[in-house]
Amino acid sequence: MSSQAQLFQDASFASSQQLRAPDIEEARTASSARSGLAIELRSVSKAFGPREVLKGLDLTIRPGEFVVVVGRSGGGKSTLLRLVAGLERPSAGAIAIDNQPVAGLQGAARMMFQDARLLPWQSVIANVGIARGPEWRARALEALAAVGLADRANDWPRILSGGQRQRVALARALVSRPSVLLLDEPFGALDALTRVEMHRLLESLWREYGFTALLITHDVAEAVALGDRVLALREGAIALDLPIPHKRQQRDASDAELAALQARVLAAV
Amino acid sequence: MTRLSLRPPDSLAPWILPVALLVGWEFAADSGLIAARVLPAPSAVARAFWQTWQDGSLVQNVAVSAGRALQGLLIGGLLGLALGIVNGLWRPAEVALDSSLQMLRNIPHLAIIPLVILWFGIGEEAKIFLVSIGVLFPVYINTYHGVRTIDPALVEMARVYGLGPLALFWRVILPGALPSIFVGLRYGLGIMWLTLIVAETISASSGIGYMTMNAREFLQTDVVLLGIIIYALLGKFSDVIIKLFERAALAWHPSYARPIEAHA
Repeated sequence: MSSQAQLFQDASFASSQQLRAPDIEEARTASSARSGLAIELRSVSKAFGPREVLKGLDLTIRPGEFVVVVGRSGGGKSTLLRLVAGLERPSAGAIAIDNQPVAGLQGAARMMFQDARLLPWQSVIANVGIARGPEWRARALEALAAVGLADRANDWPRILSGGQRQRVALARALVSRPSVLLLDEPFGALDALTRVEMHRLLESLWREYGFTALLITHDVAEAVALGDRVLALREGAIALDLPIPHKRQQRDASDAELAALQARVLAAV
Repeated sequence: MTRLSLRPPDSLAPWILPVALLVGWEFAADSGLIAARVLPAPSAVARAFWQTWQDGSLVQNVAVSAGRALQGLLIGGLLGLALGIVNGLWRPAEVALDSSLQMLRNIPHLAIIPLVILWFGIGEEAKIFLVSIGVLFPVYINTYHGVRTIDPALVEMARVYGLGPLALFWRVILPGALPSIFVGLRYGLGIMWLTLIVAETISASSGIGYMTMNAREFLQTDVVLLGIIIYALLGKFSDVIIKLFERAALAWHPSYARPIEAHA
């Protein structure tokens, strides 16, 4: 453990400056100045038996940055996210959130899964406030209001649509005001219209709450629409690290430059 | 139109056959077609009911039987629940206990009646013990199954959201296993009454089983019949109660959904 901590005290590692994401400033000015935390991975490898899923990954994510990882299924994307969440331990290398080595589950980080994973036997509001704590009802209601579902607080999750369920899951993730939000293909199962709605919602909440977002997807268009930076993961290594310089309001799907960026990501995956 | 008006309301339809049978039976018994010793008339059974009700013996015997049933249910049910939860959650306990329990389960519990009489005599303990054993296994197996089949994705989500072991149990594992536990409980209730009937019929000095065996000695077929009907009613009554509990506890479940709240 101490050797891991030492690794992050290492000056050369700490000073590895990342590509500047233009949208961060924009987001900061708009936000209530709540800050996300930095995530750092150094030489992270993960093997399941003989199969090496991640091979010596180096990655630094700045506080409040929105990073999207694109890759084929089975390419180690989800493993990367689970490592950062502390659900799995790396076979080699070290991971840190805010310079603290990740060991076990992370209190500062919240995770959204591909499916909403709501408890069917609890009402929507009880699901959002699953961690309970003081005044959890008021805080859960606030989070539900933020995703536009305050009026469904007392419903069973069963009667919600797929998109509404993911919005509840998003509220559940946000209720503790996390510094890091990890998203594992959360919109993969939604229809195209709902997905665009969810993109807008996630983006506005990211601006408001200021968390560091790490989103996994196989959808290149989604990656380019949402990310400050898009990483292409290929055979367990980062094949492309591409900043998206466009302001978010100007990310029109028909934009030729964006289409070119999408093509670059697609080629790298 | 005329055909429609002849149709009885739906709520009455299920009762037509039983009522017709009762009327036919009464007629056959009154006219001497069926000997009263073989099958007394429904009116005779009703009279037996009234008499035993008035002298207090019916209420007392029902209370004794219900008391035994409840005690056995409580002991066997709680034991089955605890074993099912422990074995479902904790691998070492499962390794140590499950195969033994599965072996014991395959012994018909009524086969050990002679042994139970040797152990406890014919007192209350013997009956409560038998009922407990009968209830234990269905509750155990269904609880165990319910706990084991909890969606691991939900457990993982709960861990990510910082739930401790206790919160995980009360908010995720127990509610998730509840539909299965109720199935076990309803099985257990059936076995509970069955066991009690057999145990009370073989050896007892009170209870419905004793009442019917006693009546048999005095050739009071009407009282015997009354006892059988009381058993049927008790069985139905306990099932209705459990169903009410089930509906309340599993309101979230699509199969038990109550259509009271309309959602636009």
